[in-house]
Formats: sequence, C-alpha cells, structure tokens
Amino acid sequence: MGVYWAIAVRSFRRFSTYRIATLSGAFTNTVFGFIFCGVYLTLWHTSPGLGGYDVSDALTFVWLQQGLLAPIGIFGATTTVELGERVRTGEVAVDLYRPTHLMIWWLSVDAGRAWFQLLTRGGAPLLVGALVFDLNFPTSAAQWLAVAVALAFGILVSFGVRYLVALSGFWITDSRGLESLAMVLSLFFSGTILPLVVFPGWIGEVARATPWAATLQVPIDVWLGRNPGGVRSGLLFQLFWIVVLFLAGRLVTVLATRKVVIAGG
Amino acid sequence: MSVIELQNVSRAFTVSSRTGLRRTRREVRAVDGLSFTVEPGEVVGYIGPNGAGKSTTIKMLTGILVPSDGTIRVAGVDPSRNRMKLAKRIGVVFGQRTTLWWDLPLKDSFAVLQKMYGVPRARHAENLATFVELLDLGDLLDVPVRQLSLGQRMRGDIAAALLHDPEIVYLDEPTIGLDIISKARLREFLAEVNKERGTTIILTTHDLDDIEALCSRVMVIDHGRQVYDGTLAGLRASQSAPRTLVVDLASSMPPITVDGATVTKVDGPRQHLTFPTSTSAAPLVAQIAANYPLVDLSVAEPTIESIIARLYTAATPTP
Repeated sequence: MGVYWAIAVRSFRRFSTYRIATLSGAFTNTVFGFIFCGVYLTLWHTSPGLGGYDVSDALTFVWLQQGLLAPIGIFGATTTVELGERVRTGEVAVDLYRPTHLMIWWLSVDAGRAWFQLLTRGGAPLLVGALVFDLNFPTSAAQWLAVAVALAFGILVSFGVRYLVALSGFWITDSRGLESLAMVLSLFFSGTILPLVVFPGWIGEVARATPWAATLQVPIDVWLGRNPGGVRSGLLFQLFWIVVLFLAGRLVTVLATRKVVIAGG
Repeated sequence: MSVIELQNVSRAFTVSSRTGLRRTRREVRAVDGLSFTVEPGEVVGYIGPNGAGKSTTIKMLTGILVPSDGTIRVAGVDPSRNRMKLAKRIGVVFGQRTTLWWDLPLKDSFAVLQKMYGVPRARHAENLATFVELLDLGDLLDVPVRQLSLGQRMRGDIAAALLHDPEIVYLDEPTIGLDIISKARLREFLAEVNKERGTTIILTTHDLDDIEALCSRVMVIDHGRQVYDGTLAGLRASQSAPRTLVVDLASSMPPITVDGATVTKVDGPRQHLTFPTSTSAAPLVAQIAANYPLVDLSVAEPTIESIIARLYTAATPTP
C-alpha cells in the first residue's frame, strides 16, 4: 500500500511545481465566479426560491462550483488525459512493466492532483467569494465531515468516468472524440452550467441520476444542506456510482491488459 | 540452471490493412521458432535490423506479450502468467522513453521505486550510494528530470532500473543519442554491475561498439529467426567477409595484377585489393613488392557492421 501513498505524494508535489498554471487557473475561476453571480442574481430575483435555493444558496453554489471544477476534473484532468495519451501512443506498455496495478496507480496519481488543486484552486475563489458576498457555510462538525466525504466521493466518481474514457483508446483508434463528448456531458450533467435542482420534471430526474450529478451537484448540496433526499441518500447515491464505475474500470483494465498481452496492442 | 529459456517460441500478429472498403487480413510472424537459453551473469547482445523481432522477444520475456507458440521460462516462471511477480525481479530500460517523474527532482523517482519494489531501506540507501558514485549522479538528485540532459537522464533511468537488485536487466538501446564519453561511461558502469552483482544483461542495440565493449555473447535475429548465436570473434570468423589490402605505389598505374586478390578501387597511386579471410596477406605483399614500386601498405579487417550486413542479407525470409 505504501507505494500508492508515495505516488499520491509525488503527484501532489508535481502539481505544486505548476505555480503559474495554478495561479492563472484560480484567477480565471474567480472571474467566472463574478460573471455567474451576476447571472444567478438576476435569475433568482425573477424567480425567488428556484430549485429550492435561496439567493445566498445560489451564490454559494457559484463559488463552490468554480472552486471544484479543477479538483473534481469536470473538464477532464491532466492526469487522465495523460493516461489517454499513453494508451494512444502505446506507451502504456511501460506501465505494465511495473509491479503495480494500473488502475490504482492512476487513481493515486489523480488523488495527489485533486488534493493539491482542492487546496489551491478550490480555496482561492471561495475566499474571494466569501469576502464579497454573504455565503453559506456548514454549521456543524458533522456537516463538515459529510462535505469532506462527499468531495472525496465526487473525485472518485469523476476519476471512474475519466479512467474509462482514457482506456477506450485501447479499442477506438482516437479516443479524443469520446473525451470531448464526455466533457460536454460532464459540463451539463454535473450542474456546472445550472444547478441540477432547477431542472423540472423528467429532465431533472434523469440529470440528477447520472454519475456526473454525483461529482459536483451532490457535494455542493451536502455543503448547502439541500440534498433532495437528505445527506445520507446523497452519499449513498455517490457510493453506488463509485462501485459501478470501479467494477467497470477493473473489468476494462483486465480486458485491456489481455488485449495487449494476447493480441499484442 | 538457465535464467532464461525459450523453446521454439513464435509470435504472430494479425495485420489488417484497408484500401477503400476492402479489408485484407494477413498474419505476420514477428518471431518464428526461436530457441535459446541464457545463463545467470551472461551479457548478451541481441541485435538485428529494425522489425527483426527484437522488441517482440523482449516483450515476451517480460510477460507483457504471450507467445503464440512455444514455451518461455524466465527466472523459473512463465512470464505472462506471473507478470507482476516477475516485474520485481527484472529491470527494464528503454533508451527512448523514461520511467522517471518528469517534473520532480530525480531523488523523488528513486524514493517511489523503493516503495514500489519493497526494497529494505538500508539496502536501498546502499544501492543508491553506489549508483550515485558510479554514475556521478550526486549533483543531479535535486534537479527536476525535465532539466536533465539526455545522457544524465539515461544515467538516472539505468540507476532506476537497478535499484531493486534485479536478476535480469533488459536494456533497449541504452546508448541511443549519447555522446562518446557518455556511452563509454555507461558501458563501464554496466560491465561493473555485471561483474560485481552477477546481473544478467540482455542488450538490444544498433551500436556495435556497445556489443564489443560489453557482450561475451551475440545473438543476431532477422525476420524473427535466429541467424547467429556465439561470440563476437566467432561471428567475425563465421562470415568470410573479405579483407582489404591497401597499397601505395610510387606513381599512378593501371590496376595491378596479383594472384589471389583483385583490385576494387584505384585512387591515384593508391590501390585497394580484396582477398579472402582465409588467405594470408604475406605472400600477396611479397608478390606486389617484387613486381611493383611499393611505397606503403596496410591491411583492413572487415568491420563488424559489414559482417552483420552480410548476415542480414544472407538470411532471406522463406515465404
């Protein structure tokens, strides 16, 4: 187990060397935070209580969303994009020479990245947002704990999806098309454009049942205390997707390894 | 007991090519009926032209590719069935790829390897100290890998492949792109590791100086088949590549006539003659000196490149 911890630590350190990228990313998130706040303020003034959110819920949603885009990897993450690249070029064979499990190796790499980006890319915009607007924060230790768990779960779900997309390159000549499709789906169904709570009827039902809803919408709702079925059901919903995606990931890893080892590429 | 054993190993790939809508599939045998054994502590040069099947063989030896036919045993196990277990006992270096952490100082990569292979701390420290000294890595440990020169990075990669005391190391073109001094230093280091630790080394290369400097044994593969296995000297002797006699005459002359040799090139007063390896040069020289105004002469042995080129062309594939 020590090796995976060592890998996560190195991955954290690796991302900490990208100072300019981190700084400009946090700046961009902050700028978009203000833009979204303008839009959401108008929206919640025209229809107060939209999706069960009050105005300060909506504004808190904006800053959490901007802070979590990078750590959760809503637009994809450097790590899994790199894995996709290695699959395309065949360099992934090098990973098979190691006495480590492919999926856990990349999960550790992604965890190190997410932790670093959570501290920097997540912290900075939230701080700015909280200084300018009146935002909601968890009120009890139990709620803080639930937020921490929901965030970790959200990152795991997102990794599960991104890992599958990256490994699709074993069967699709160029998996970049699938990568962009996954990004569009993720952007919409995670609640990045609009909180999923505002979608009415069956569209809302469907949107809130996808794995992407488990990446961003659920953790933010845990923070706000607005999960439609309560915190417990939110966390269980995330756990369900983690189990499904990790089983699929394990299966695809076995199939991909077999393809390389038996078919030769 | 042999550390590597191959018995009649073949590997076929299905290659499908597409022209318009028509799709044709054909089978390519990258390795075809290969058998050999390697004893512990041997340094084997594994050479062949591009596409000869070298990489396919290495992939099968490391277990990331199963043979279509035949049996392989490495360190007593079937590689593809015990890939992870075997990975702890072998080291692999690709000259054109790195396994180091690109953006982090070199020492971080080494620290991860200690955990990855479960090397006891004391042993790791001891190995690291040895390699740092032998490969002169002391000043590089704190430098991010991306800032290292190719030669420095390669030294780092080789140290990384050896830190867990592997029994066998596969080196795929370790000296590619390096300058002469870096090459010499690397060869010295590998010879030292082999001598001190008894590590078995399998080296694929296009640089025959690597082979001359390191390998007690050479295997030549072409079109998936073994065309030579033995010593470098034996390889020289086995191929009767002609030797060359270069004579400088007092003045320009038409091609001279000598029994047992033929003129291949006239360059002013200098003439090049070839004669078979089996013939002694002495009677030829005596003959020329008696009949022509001989000023100077030299005898050139066939280069190892020319010998191997002959071997490659001789081994034409059977359809």
